[in-house]
Amino acid sequence: MIRVALPPHLRTLARVKGEVTLDVPGRVTRAAVLDALEAGYPMLRGTIREHGTQQRRPFLRFFACQRDLTHESADAPLPEAVTSGAEPLLVVGAIAGG
Amino acid sequence: MSGVRVLVGTRKGAFILTADGKRAQWKVSGPHFPGWEMYHVKGSPADPNRVYASQSSGWFGQVIQRSCDGGKTWETPGGGLTTTPGGMPAGESNKFVYDTSPGTGKPLTTHQWYDGTQHPWEFKRVWHLEPSLTDPDTVYAGVEDAALFRSSDGGKTWQELAGLRGHGTGPKWQPGAGGMCLHTIVLDPSRPGRIHVAISAAGAFRSDDGGTTWKPTNRGLRSQYIPDPTAEVGHCVHRIAMHAPRPNVLFMQKHWDVMRSDDAGDTWREVSGNLPTDFGFVIDVHAHEPETVYVVPIKSDSEHFPLDGQLRVYRSRTGGDEWEALTQGLPQRDCYVNVLRDAMAVDALEPGGVYFGTTGGQVYASADSGDSWAPIVRDLPAVLSVEVQTLR
Repeated sequence: MIRVALPPHLRTLARVKGEVTLDVPGRVTRAAVLDALEAGYPMLRGTIREHGTQQRRPFLRFFACQRDLTHESADAPLPEAVTSGAEPLLVVGAIAGG
Repeated sequence: MSGVRVLVGTRKGAFILTADGKRAQWKVSGPHFPGWEMYHVKGSPADPNRVYASQSSGWFGQVIQRSCDGGKTWETPGGGLTTTPGGMPAGESNKFVYDTSPGTGKPLTTHQWYDGTQHPWEFKRVWHLEPSLTDPDTVYAGVEDAALFRSSDGGKTWQELAGLRGHGTGPKWQPGAGGMCLHTIVLDPSRPGRIHVAISAAGAFRSDDGGTTWKPTNRGLRSQYIPDPTAEVGHCVHRIAMHAPRPNVLFMQKHWDVMRSDDAGDTWREVSGNLPTDFGFVIDVHAHEPETVYVVPIKSDSEHFPLDGQLRVYRSRTGGDEWEALTQGLPQRDCYVNVLRDAMAVDALEPGGVYFGTTGGQVYASADSGDSWAPIVRDLPAVLSVEVQTLR
């Protein structure tokens, strides 16, 4: 199972506490994980990726295993530790100043 | 037992304020959706338990929320674990996609940008939700970048009424400082197909066929901040208000100038009269007195606060031109808040109630048509919108 850690606002919107666990068939890429996330939690559609374009919303980042994966291809395989469930994929809201 | 439910959208959540018909003792519920910008919360005239809310965030985008119990509980319509026979989520309540199909008008891909170049239409948020007067499942959404959407399934799915953007003047529209937003939707109860909308900074528009075709309704407006002060479009209309039993008479708070139309927007004339400044955002009409109008004058377009630190509502009982300051119960020194365009509403009780919210987090109420005021709450986040439901 793939673990995903959502920011607090999206946990509230999805009505979940703690991490989300997902069954992701096939290659475990960021796009595949987000597809599975949105299929299980339709209210999250459009909140991480734009409707239509499927582009990442500008103020969101993807971290895993102490790495920033934000600018890597959405179709690239995620780290083995994420694939195995040892580490979560972190969806992180950019820090807001002020 | 009659009562009122005041729906307040703020920068950091929504609040619901309720009272009985005396409007003296208030209960405060909230924050709902804490931490989110709640641009607008409005109830259905056809079913007061049906309430729609626009929830948005710079991080996570737009969400539409719906309540079927007067705001006690909320749901994202169609956002649950339900699927179509094809296996897709049954609803896409936050999906606002501009219509680019060839069959519904002349969809546009660009509008004028700040620097004069053409810029793609990009959805940002829902500014205003206007439920149908007759069907709780039908609701209109005014969005940024300016367009009008409609849902006829309770907010599950949204379709653009693309004839507005496509009627011809769309490429000339350009954003104001707050963005290019469709912020005002007024439905005519006497003519079901008639819809008025207002866009910053494009102006007012009207459809007489349910939103299929549109025309600008800006004749008589004069705006010194555009190259041709009397242009067909380009005016920064801030708000339009109607007295429902007399729908051909409209009142407008423009960027500068308070205006009146007696022919459903075909022509406008200025009724600023003796106002100390005619800049402002809100305008509303008394529920029972069609010539009683309220505005909150703001010092100027560069100083968004009341004149002289005195928060004053101005009331005209003559349909404009002659205005009186209402100050009892409002701060008359050191007050530098703003009152945003969707942040005033009236109830339908006797005597009529008037409400407005400030960027300082106060929501003021008057239960005597504006003669006296008192704060319901003082310390909310900045208020973006105020709507009232009269419950009988």
